[in-house]
Parts: sequence; C-alpha cells; structure tokens
Amino acid sequence: MPANHMLDIFYFAWVAERIGRRSEQVDGHYRDMTIADLLSHHAGSSPGHAAAFATPGKLRAALDQRFVPLDTLIGDATELAIFPPVTGG
Amino acid sequence: MRVVRVQPDPFDPGVELAALEALGGGAVASFTGLVRGDGGLVELELEHYPGMTEAALTQLAEEACARWPLAGVVIVHRVGPMQVGERIVLVGTASPHRAAALEACAFLIDRLKTGAPFWKRERFADGRREWVDARDSDDQAAARWHT
Repeated sequence: MPANHMLDIFYFAWVAERIGRRSEQVDGHYRDMTIADLLSHHAGSSPGHAAAFATPGKLRAALDQRFVPLDTLIGDATELAIFPPVTGG
Repeated sequence: MRVVRVQPDPFDPGVELAALEALGGGAVASFTGLVRGDGGLVELELEHYPGMTEAALTQLAEEACARWPLAGVVIVHRVGPMQVGERIVLVGTASPHRAAALEACAFLIDRLKTGAPFWKRERFADGRREWVDARDSDDQAAARWHT
C-alpha cells in the first residue's frame, strides 16, 4: 500500500460557493487515482461537495498550478484546484 | 521587457504603453478590455488563482516572445470588483514591425481568455449575482493560434 499523501485542494468560483469553502487538505491514497476518481470519491463528503461535483463535464482542474484534464493521475502532486471553465480577459 | 501584473488597482494604459514605446522597436500594439454594461450589469467581480495566474500569464508572454520578434510584452489584469466602463485588462506588445506587434497582441488576449485562471461574476441592478459562463467562441479564438 503506498504511503498516505497530503493534498491541498483549492476551489474557485461557483465550485467554492457550492462547497462552502475555498480550500481543504485531504489525506489518502491518491497517487494512483485520477482527478475524476478523487472527485467521485470525495463527492460524498457533504451535500455541497455532491452539488459541486455533480456534473464533472462542467469542471476543470489544475495540478500543481498547471491546467490538466480530469483523467490525469494525481501522482506526486501536492496541490489540486477544481473550478469552472475560466472566463478572464 | 516582459511585464506581468495582476492587481486590484486601476492601471493607466498610457504609462504601460510608454514603457513599450521607450524600447525603440518602431511598433506598439495594444488591446484594452473594458467592463460592458449589458443587461443591467452594475458591477463585475474578477476572482483568480494567486500564484498560478501570474505563472500562466508569464508563460503566455514567453510563448509570444518565442513566436514573434518582440522587444517587449505587457500584460496587466485587474481582479476584484469593477464598475461599468472600467478597464479590466491590458495587453501590449512592442516589435520592430507592425505585423508581429498586432499578431502577438491578438494571440495574447485570445489565449489569455482560455488559458489563465480568472473567473468573472456579474452583479445586476436587480441584485442578481451570476458567474459568467465560458463561451465556445473564446475557445475557437484561442484554437486558431495552435500550430
């Protein structure tokens, strides 16, 4: 079994609003999980998480501050961010 | 010269563009994005991902410099609440020639819209607050620069 792994998760825009927090730290066996796996695993944490993660197609992610698809393995990353598609400019 | 700034305070495009003009390139192009008052909008709020935002914008500036012969790039993006008519973003480029300056400026604003972690929320006169949805047309504009 791989060692536990602390992962900082940051939420932005309506994802943060639905969850009711902007960040949290989770501890678990995430190395071999994809971001999508983690979201479905984590959706049961609260009704807010369930609401925020209900439609993964509307979510985007960054691992260690780089945009990645949701099917990316978490691997050794220490920072995950989950957010809607960006709308700057 | 590469300048990337993310800030709550207003900025003066004249000051930013004068710095590009001082590089002696011969051509300076710029784009300024403003808050539109569509549909009764009274305030726009910009949220971002501190740290990643600056890194993403710096990477875009580096891509532009690798692709066109640029003497300078300036990207300034505001965050926080903004009123109708206020400036949101400035992209400026300096080059020896107009084509490079104009193309690099268009590249930077097209790619910034889909490649930097900003999120807009609109507040309307009737009190509604809504997150802005991403637009397919922005994805298409960014995609035209993929080689």
